[in-house]
Amino acid sequence: MSLSKQEMAATVARDIPPGAFVNLGIGQPTLVADHLFPDAGVVLHTENGMLNMGRAATGGPEDPVDGDLTNAGKQPVTELPGSSYFDSAASFAMMRGGHLDVCVLGAFQVSAAGDLANWHTGEPDAIPAVGGAMDLAIGAKSVFVMMTLFARDGAPKLVPHCTYPLTGVGCVDRIYTDLATFELTAAGVVVRETFGITYDELAGRLEVPLRR
Amino acid sequence: MKVCATAGEAVAGIADGSTVLVGGFGMAGMPVHLIDALIEQGAADLTIVSNNAGNGDTGLAALLARGRVRKVICSFPRQHDSWVFDGLYRSGRIELELVPQGNLAERMRAAGAGIGAFFSPTGAGTPLAEGKETREIDGRIYVLEYPIKGDVALVGAHRADRMGNLVYRKTARNFGPVMATAAATVIVQVSEVVETGDLDPEAIVTPSIYVDRVVSVGTVAG
Repeated sequence: MSLSKQEMAATVARDIPPGAFVNLGIGQPTLVADHLFPDAGVVLHTENGMLNMGRAATGGPEDPVDGDLTNAGKQPVTELPGSSYFDSAASFAMMRGGHLDVCVLGAFQVSAAGDLANWHTGEPDAIPAVGGAMDLAIGAKSVFVMMTLFARDGAPKLVPHCTYPLTGVGCVDRIYTDLATFELTAAGVVVRETFGITYDELAGRLEVPLRR
Repeated sequence: MKVCATAGEAVAGIADGSTVLVGGFGMAGMPVHLIDALIEQGAADLTIVSNNAGNGDTGLAALLARGRVRKVICSFPRQHDSWVFDGLYRSGRIELELVPQGNLAERMRAAGAGIGAFFSPTGAGTPLAEGKETREIDGRIYVLEYPIKGDVALVGAHRADRMGNLVYRKTARNFGPVMATAAATVIVQVSEVVETGDLDPEAIVTPSIYVDRVVSVGTVAG
């Protein structure tokens, strides 16, 4: 069986070391937070200026919605003991300076060499918006991508070369998909695990040379 | 440093053609009262530097809708409620300079810190670095980025004292402290102005040297 979004998120969460400082990108990667063990001491960073971000605010008496406390997706969130706040320049210095251990991002495409495309479809009428994607892509010590392996039209998203505009060059370390987990190494694309598909079937559906 | 009685008094004198740095990440830290006062004040042909390009029909979006903005420098204009910007952009009535968020913050930090330019790894090899000078340093490609300096900064903070020292609240801090260093005239809206000495000197985020005008709008909780 291929993995559901929640199962993909659990697979990513399993590979995040205890005590790591982690940024979870907007969209699917935020699901990873639900699968981290509270006693693992993972500290979540949000690029709008907070460390040790808590879960989403529900608006109940325990966690009221506060317009001054949001995540990078502008959704209301909560504080945890040990949270800290800082300005945007410090937040991105933290990222660019290599102080974050892991960031988890979504993607349109990833190339075999680890190039990432996740900010712009390149369509002429699309309004471009980049946010912190380019800073995140090149900043964290490890960059994990979480995505379905094939687009809705069936096209593979792990490709020899990205055709969408790039977010970062050679920056992705691992790709977590519904059908397989890949490690991008100097020696090539290594398949770590498959889900509901054999290695040979996988190799047949991708144009990227794979290794076991 | 001047404590102003009204937001209108605080934004007086902003000239046509100014570059205006506007704080906030979405609505958190957005100096809405100052933007409304700027709409009222009438300055036009503005360049706005802000993380986003307006939400809904109020604040920055309202300034844009009145045709008073020539150019927006931001990281993330496209949002579910950015229809005002989207319409202007699609019809070619506004110029956009798209800047990765960390480069946006650092370019203003550089302006405030007297740095002539800097090499950033962010954006290297992407369309946003096209035409920019690059350099390989220790085996990595960096892109030359220039400072962004404002004529005016409009900042939303939590409390000010009468000297202009500022503290912020939670993630509403975001671009405020860096914008406060990067503009010739820094105008701040706060929820409360307290007496000098009432803010803990250890906890002040923006020291008074950066702040020119403060107005209390008395709305924020906490």
